[in-house]
Parts: sequence; structure tokens; C-alpha cells
Amino acid sequence: MAAMIRFNNVSKFYPREYEALKNITLSIDQGELVFFSGHSGAGKSTLLKLIVAIERPTSGDISVGQQNIGLLRRSAIPYLRRNIGMIFQEQKILYDRNVFANVMLPLQVTAFDTKTSASRVRAALDKVGLLNKEKADPITLSGGEKQRLCIARAVVHRPTVLIADEPTANLDSGYARDIMAVFESFNQVGVTVLISTHDTMLLDTTQHRVLELDHGKLVA
Amino acid sequence: MSSWLSQHGYALMRALRQLAAAPVTSLLSIIVFSIVLSLPAGIFILLENLREISGQATDTQQMTIMLDTVAGQADIELINTQLEKMPAIEGFLFISKEIALQELKQESGMAEVIHNLGQNPLPDAFVINLGHMSANEIEKTQVVAQSWPKVAHVLVDTDWVRKLDAMLEVGRLVVIMLASLFGAALVIVMFNTIRLQMLTGRDEIELSKLIGATDGYIRRPFLYFGTIQGVVGAALAWLLLYLAITKLNEALSELARLYATTLTLNHLSWKDSLILLLFSGTLGWIGARWSVARHLSQIDHESTVS
Ligand SMILES: Nc1ncnc2c1ncn2[C@@H]1O[C@H](COP(=O)(O)OP(=O)(O)OP(=O)(O)O)[C@@H](O)[C@H]1O
Ligand SMILES: [Mg+2]
Repeated sequence: MAAMIRFNNVSKFYPREYEALKNITLSIDQGELVFFSGHSGAGKSTLLKLIVAIERPTSGDISVGQQNIGLLRRSAIPYLRRNIGMIFQEQKILYDRNVFANVMLPLQVTAFDTKTSASRVRAALDKVGLLNKEKADPITLSGGEKQRLCIARAVVHRPTVLIADEPTANLDSGYARDIMAVFESFNQVGVTVLISTHDTMLLDTTQHRVLELDHGKLVA
Repeated sequence: MSSWLSQHGYALMRALRQLAAAPVTSLLSIIVFSIVLSLPAGIFILLENLREISGQATDTQQMTIMLDTVAGQADIELINTQLEKMPAIEGFLFISKEIALQELKQESGMAEVIHNLGQNPLPDAFVINLGHMSANEIEKTQVVAQSWPKVAHVLVDTDWVRKLDAMLEVGRLVVIMLASLFGAALVIVMFNTIRLQMLTGRDEIELSKLIGATDGYIRRPFLYFGTIQGVVGAALAWLLLYLAITKLNEALSELARLYATTLTLNHLSWKDSLILLLFSGTLGWIGARWSVARHLSQIDHESTVS
């Protein structure tokens, strides 16, 4: 299997000299499902943000597919992000529009035609079990439903890589299992999935690879 | 191509929706545009009309050479041949003192007074049609004619034309200065309008960037918005000026009737109307473009730092 994501000696300093990641080297295969674990502040979000170029590395090389992210011009970044689905730790749901319009957004920015878009949005909502809520105001959704909305939005444009930053945070274990099942199903059709979590239940029961971060260092 | 079209269609739709979402605010800024534009455009219209009037005046420019009372037939012949040698003038006419006296008698009803004079006080004269000569050429011709023998006076009535020309030139500068100054103000107004919109829509802009929107995609609805407001503002200014000139013409026709002439002001020409729309649309576009560039990089910066 070809490597989908590669980190070669990557470090990230935030302003005021705080070193969030130290000399990270890793490789994730195409079609793999990988967990990132670690305490709060260990650098999980930072690592995931580097992959979609929300943050840029202070040193080291990162490649996604065949692309070296460090060499990417600013104007090329949108096209990198269109191949990746991201579930943000802070969700970033737009509350001025309904569920359907929220999930539509990734297609809108890439100029999909309206008819294909609508059927894709419904398919994504169906996949996460939110089809009956497409017209709902997102403020009325439960925590688990909001998280599923975010998953639908991350997969609606059929990315090859899916990144989820703490997708099961604040959910009880029943909900968490449901959501994990959704990720498994995407992984089964060949999507590379990266999930950060400190949900020990999830980590203890999984058969997938777990990479642990500790104070910015990869320890396992 | 169709994706390009749908992108622009979408951006246009967003811009229109934005206009409709805050109708009062939109209307107010359109009115600001129209008021600010109508001042320089109004002055421009008046100048164009003045220029036309002065153009008509220069069409009938004349120079009069008055001869000395002692000038004889030989002197008249000499001037006649000199004038014939001048290609720049359109024509000339000799008016002898007898004919001049005759005309004067008929014209002014001063027959009695003139009769009592006993002797003809008028000189022989040449009236020269200068055609479309420039003020400079006229002056040169005047100097040359002055140097001929037995010429008493050379009269040209170009002074007021000159003054009018100078005034028109000043007016033109005033229009350019006002248009630049007010144009800058409109750009700033648009900058601020877009700034507020981007502040309101900040979450969406930030998220759009994170999921693969290009700067162009984010910019486009704002550019449409700015351009539309500029063009509609200019259209409203045009309408205001049209109504103002129509009203003025009613008043002028009343005045002109008293003087038994006709006097009407022209409206803005089609070409100048188009320029007004383009100018204002461009101002809106520039303000929007500047604002988006500035606030987009600000959002970029803040969303990666926080
Ligand atoms: N924009 C930033 N500026 C400065 N420091 C930052 C910034 N973002 C993160 N950090 C710091 O970098 C370290 C790693 O943060 P990160 O968000 O990657 O941790 P995390 O593992 O995702 O934590 P959590 O489990 O709480 O989400 C933290 O100490 C954090 O304070
Ligand atoms: Mg985090």
C-alpha cells in the first residue's frame, strides 16, 4: 500500500516559543484508519491541522498523496482541502441556515451543479441517519446529531482522506459507538481515516493503529 | 465554462440577496452614491452646454478693419489684395463709408441725427469672417492687419470667447477634482460597507476557507455587490440630473420667450451617461476589492493564530 500521509521530522512552534510538536516522523497508508491519542495539549489538533495546511510546520516535510504540503503555494491550498474531509474539534456549524445548507457548503465552494449537489447532500445525511432532519435548524439538534451533521459535511464531497478531531467528545458511549461505526464504514470503502481522541473506551477496544502523543512527541 | 457561469450566477445571487437582506441600508448607500455623483456630473452637464454655446459663438467670429478717414482708393485696393492672400480667413466684405451710413440710417432710426451731422463720420471698413480660427491665430492676424498703411483700428470681439474658454478650462479642472475627491469618498464608503458585511459573515468565510473555498470564491459576491451598488447609484444620479435639467428647461423656455430666442440645456449624452455608470461601478468594485483583500488576510491571520 502506498503511503497517503507522511511526516518527516516535523516540528511546530507556536508564537512565544511554545513547541507544540517535536520531530514527528510517521507514515499512514492509503485506506488505513489511525487513532491519535494523548492528553489535552499533547498536540493532536496541531498535528491534524498541519495536514490540511491550517497550520504550517516550523520545520520538516509533510506530504499528502504525492504532494509536498510545504511547497504548496497559498493559492493551491483550497485544492488540497477539497480532497480531505475535516471534522473540527469546535464543530464550526453555521446557525444561520438549516442542516441541509450546512452540509451543502463543501459542494457550493467547488461549484457543483445544484442537482447533483442536492442528491449528494441527501446521501450524506442518509449515511449519518439525519435525513429526516434536513430542514431542521441546527440549534435544535442534540450533541450527537450535531456531530453527525459535521460528519455528513466532511464526507459530502467524497474525500479520499477523512480527519476527525475529537468526534466523540462529550458524547455518551452509545452515541460514540454509532459514530465510530460510521467512520468504519467509510474506511471500508477505502477512505483513509484519522481520528484524534482521548476516549479510553474507544482506544481500548479498537483493532486499529493508535499513535500516542505526549507533550508534542510521538511515543507510540 | 458552465461551472464558471454557475459560480458567477451564484455570486450574483448572493450579492442581490445581500442587497435585499438590508433594503434600508442598501437604499441609503445607493442614495449616498447618487447624491455624491450628481454634483460633479451636474457641473459637467452645465459646462458641456456652455461649451456648445461658446462653440456657436466662435462660428460667427468677425474682425473689422477700420481705415483712416484719409484713406484713398489705392489704400483700399492694397488691403484688398493683402486679404486675398490670406488662406486662413473664410471671406471678407468691403463696406464703404457711404454704405455704412446708409445701413445706420435704416437700422436705428437715427436718420434725423445723422442728417443733422452734415458730414459722414464713418470710416471705410473691411468685415472679415474668421471662420474657426483659434484665438492665437486671430491675434496674429490682428497684428498683421494693424501694420498695414492707413489702418486706424482692428477690432476683434474675441475677448469674451477667451474668457469663456478660460472659465470652461477652470470648470473642467473643478469637475476632475470633485470627481476624484468624491470618488475616493465613495471607495471608502464601499470599503466600510463590505467590512461590516464581512464581519457579520465571518464564520461562514472562515469555514468556507477551511473546506476549500478559493479567495476568488469568497471575493466574488462582494465584488458584485459593490459594482451593483455603484451602477445603481449612478443610474439614480442620472435620473436626478435628468429631472433637474427638464425642470430647468421649463424655466429657461419661459425666459427665452421673453427675449424671443430659444434656449434649452442638453441632457447628458449617451456616451457620457455610460461613462458615469462605468465610473461609479468601478468605484464600487475598487472599494469592495480593497476591503475584501484587507479583511480576508486579516481573517486568515487571526484564524491560524487563535
Ligand atoms: N494558535 C496557538 N497559539 C499558541 N499556542 C497554541 C495554539 N494552538 C495550540 N497551542 C498550544 O499547543 C499545544 C498543543 O495544542 P493542541 O490543540 O494541538 O492540543 P490537543 O492535543 O489537541 O489538545 P486537546 O485534547 O485539549 O484538544 C497546547 O499547549 C496549546 O496550548
Ligand atoms: Mg485538540
